[in-house]
Amino acid sequence: MNPLCRITPRHTLPAVLLWLTCLLPLHANAQTTDSAPEETPSTAAAEAQQPTFEQLVQQLAGGSLRDRAATVNQLSSQSDERLADVFNALVAGDLLANKDKPPVIAIRDGERLTDALSGADLTGTQRLRRIPVNNSLRTQLRGQVAQLNLNHPNTDKRYAAVERFIRDGVDDETAALLRAHQQVEDSGRVQDAITTALAVYQLQSDDRAIRLAAIDELSGSLEQEARNALRGIAENDADAELRSAAAEAIESIQSRISFYRFVENLFFGLSLGSVLLLAAIGLAITFGVMGVINMAHGELIMIGAYTTWGVQVLFPDLIEWSLLIAVPAAFLITALVGIAIERGVIRFLYGRPLETLLATFGLSLVLQQAVRTLFSPLNRSVSSPEWISGTLSINPVLSITYTRLYILIFGLMVFFALMLVMKRTTLGLKVRAVSQNRAMARAVGVRSSWVDALTFGLGSGVAGVAGVALSQLTNVGPNLGQAYIIDSFMVVVFGGVGNLWGTLVSAMSLGLINNFLEPYAGAMLAKVLVLIMLILFIQKKPKGLFPQKGRAAAD
Amino acid sequence: MKLKNLVKKAGALGVACSMALGALSVQAEETIKVGVLHSLSGTMAISETTLKDTMLMLIEEQNKKGGLLGKKLEPVVVDPASNWPLFAERTRELLEQHHVDAIFGCWTSVSRKSVLPVIEELNGMLFYPVQYEGEESSRNVFYTGAAPNQQAIPAVDYLKDELGVERWVLAGTDYVYPRTTNRILEAYLKSAGVAEDDIMINYTPFGHSDWQNIVAEIKRFGSTGKKTAVVSTINGDANVPFYRELGNQGVSAEDIPVVAFSVGEEELSGIDTTPLVGHMAAWNYFMSEDTPENEAFINTWHEFTGDEKRVTNDPMEAHYIGFNMWVKAVEKAGTTDTDKVIDAMVGVEVPNLTGGTSTMLPNHHITKPVLIGEIQDDGQFLTVSSTDELVPGDAWSDYLEGSKDLISDWTAPISCGNYNTKTKTCVGAQAEE
Repeated sequence: MNPLCRITPRHTLPAVLLWLTCLLPLHANAQTTDSAPEETPSTAAAEAQQPTFEQLVQQLAGGSLRDRAATVNQLSSQSDERLADVFNALVAGDLLANKDKPPVIAIRDGERLTDALSGADLTGTQRLRRIPVNNSLRTQLRGQVAQLNLNHPNTDKRYAAVERFIRDGVDDETAALLRAHQQVEDSGRVQDAITTALAVYQLQSDDRAIRLAAIDELSGSLEQEARNALRGIAENDADAELRSAAAEAIESIQSRISFYRFVENLFFGLSLGSVLLLAAIGLAITFGVMGVINMAHGELIMIGAYTTWGVQVLFPDLIEWSLLIAVPAAFLITALVGIAIERGVIRFLYGRPLETLLATFGLSLVLQQAVRTLFSPLNRSVSSPEWISGTLSINPVLSITYTRLYILIFGLMVFFALMLVMKRTTLGLKVRAVSQNRAMARAVGVRSSWVDALTFGLGSGVAGVAGVALSQLTNVGPNLGQAYIIDSFMVVVFGGVGNLWGTLVSAMSLGLINNFLEPYAGAMLAKVLVLIMLILFIQKKPKGLFPQKGRAAAD
Repeated sequence: MKLKNLVKKAGALGVACSMALGALSVQAEETIKVGVLHSLSGTMAISETTLKDTMLMLIEEQNKKGGLLGKKLEPVVVDPASNWPLFAERTRELLEQHHVDAIFGCWTSVSRKSVLPVIEELNGMLFYPVQYEGEESSRNVFYTGAAPNQQAIPAVDYLKDELGVERWVLAGTDYVYPRTTNRILEAYLKSAGVAEDDIMINYTPFGHSDWQNIVAEIKRFGSTGKKTAVVSTINGDANVPFYRELGNQGVSAEDIPVVAFSVGEEELSGIDTTPLVGHMAAWNYFMSEDTPENEAFINTWHEFTGDEKRVTNDPMEAHYIGFNMWVKAVEKAGTTDTDKVIDAMVGVEVPNLTGGTSTMLPNHHITKPVLIGEIQDDGQFLTVSSTDELVPGDAWSDYLEGSKDLISDWTAPISCGNYNTKTKTCVGAQAEE
């Protein structure tokens, strides 16, 4: 290392000049190494002025994006064991620096801060800011990181590294690297990825037998790059036999893909259905069982979503648990609001559906504007806990997002819990009794007005719980409810008023129908088509999918 | 002769009347009224409330400097409640009852279209601060937001030339701005040699929240090996679930970058931006711009709102420019008389917040720099590309059949919003479509 290149803060101007002189030849050098990788930095000038790893890392903190890209290039030729950590942090946005000279460079790992160079723990008082990176730099880094990560102890990291190789294209050098690594790799998943990567590499081989074997190897692969490489051969290769082999391989891949695509569509449909189910299930109680046309139902969902936000604001340290806390909190709050609505407005309007409709519609506007005035018209930011974000990737073409998966499970849980309440508890018994025959229920000693209030509270509470789930999918703002009110009524009417099972079946089937229509008709038209189908269906069967039978259906 | 006399008499009477009225309402005479026409309730409240606050701040600042023409400015705030026909009614109210001298307002194109006939009939002035689809020019409207050539086209150029994008997804909300912009972009891309198969167009309703299908489709569209990008004219809060779904399905900005025309700091402040890092937006202003003017503006904004966390965004800058231009034009004209101010507006130059000087052009659009920024995890943008010079706004797109021969010039001798340069005639009202 050239001692002239070290900078002390005291002599800033000469130091900067010196640094510049250090940089200039290096910069040029970086470019030559870039264009011709076999030319190692062995020229006399470069040898004399090679900056240290420390200096280069500190250099990352300042300068323009272009400078940073050059520095990364220089760094990648260094063989320091800290390099992998630095690059991994930089690409993830976890590399921080402050404005000192020389800057403190820190790596953030969750809450922990460590000095990138010394490895010492930092307290976070150094006014650290993230070192900005852009897409092109990030792409450059990912390639570098892949090479470094091939020996990473974490299986996911190694897998990602091999995937990156496949994506960037495998050349002789990386193929040798992968072959060497294949001997020591113990994870089957990474092994498979390496096999694919090597097969993609062998497709370009000169030996026809090797190419054929590679095509054979790739014929079941779902990797996008494998598919594209095969397609290239199937369309353009001079050798007819290779062409047909590749075409065959593509065909077998296509049939696998279309199967997974169907599974994916099925899941998407069910997931949309579960959202509809959640939105509608509270209404299935208030509208379905009690017969109250509650236009403020959407706003109750909104209040539930705002509760989630409230929980996150009140307990900022418990984001991971916030949803679990929010579920009972939202249930209680919206249930209370619901009871207040029932006692304050709806009980005066029983048996007058038109007035109920208008009154609750007015109420919904009041609630919306109240939220706007209280919290601001802007959407609130509800963060997702770690465990609910990300995807469960089953293979390269099929991945399921955790949020959707959890919401699907959650929706079903809420449904069955409600079912249990209605079928197995005294409250449920009384609710059914009152809704079937109010006079008779009163005659045997059921306090019907009290049951009304509780039932409405129950339906509202469930709407609030739905709001907690929806806060993870959509915007938490004053208009949240409006987006779901129509859908909710659609589900309940389609399923058959007063039938919880009907609500489940109708939500899921509407979700599936919508989802299978969407790719052909577009989001807009799909909704219209579903609505038209629904209207026609109601014409044919006015009581929905599962009409109530017997005396209960009399009125 | 007689008629002229009559007119003179009527005029004299009018003057006398107004003087008498003026004497009666001395208070009212001493202020210059500025109308603020932004929705404070309903769907658009999310975006427009901020602009109302911006206007109040600008007016307050101007009053601190001693007002305008020796008079104080008085804001008249009305709420059109995100209801498009109500925009027209409120405009009428502002002009006929409150006699405002200028109106700053509207966000969506449909609200502007609703105001247009009223403002032309009553000869008012509207400053419209939002990026829009172009294909319009009115003598009474000043477009301080970006025209397509100041936002959409440069963004597509950046993707094409810098990132090597070959396949395009044009995704938008289903209304006039995205449809017109996408029509222009489609024509532009095809003229640049992009095949029909390499363009996918998708429209979704306002407030769409179930994006899983569309994102999966985009992923599939982008899996052919050619570099793919999404040009998003998705408006309003539908963006949040869209980006969330992109993040959840693992579509990273390095694989399929999304460049948005309607996503700014304000929209991003409502979400966790970690999954969005690297996606882009094209604007004429970013809060992260490092200029003294911008720093001062942000400080004033934080002081005015009393909230250190409030962000600034592009339409706010447009109002800042528009308001300062109006102030300058009124000072230049020495009066608030609409016709004189409109004439004085053209050629007015004011500093913008990105370190340049914006000029009001004869077509009532302004010159702006075009910036492309990548979203960072703090909800701010990192500028990755900016034009060297300010780009003049073009009212009529050069890439559409119907409008490529049209220009707009409100100065004499043309004085026409849609002048056909080939036939040398003013098309008039017919050029709407």
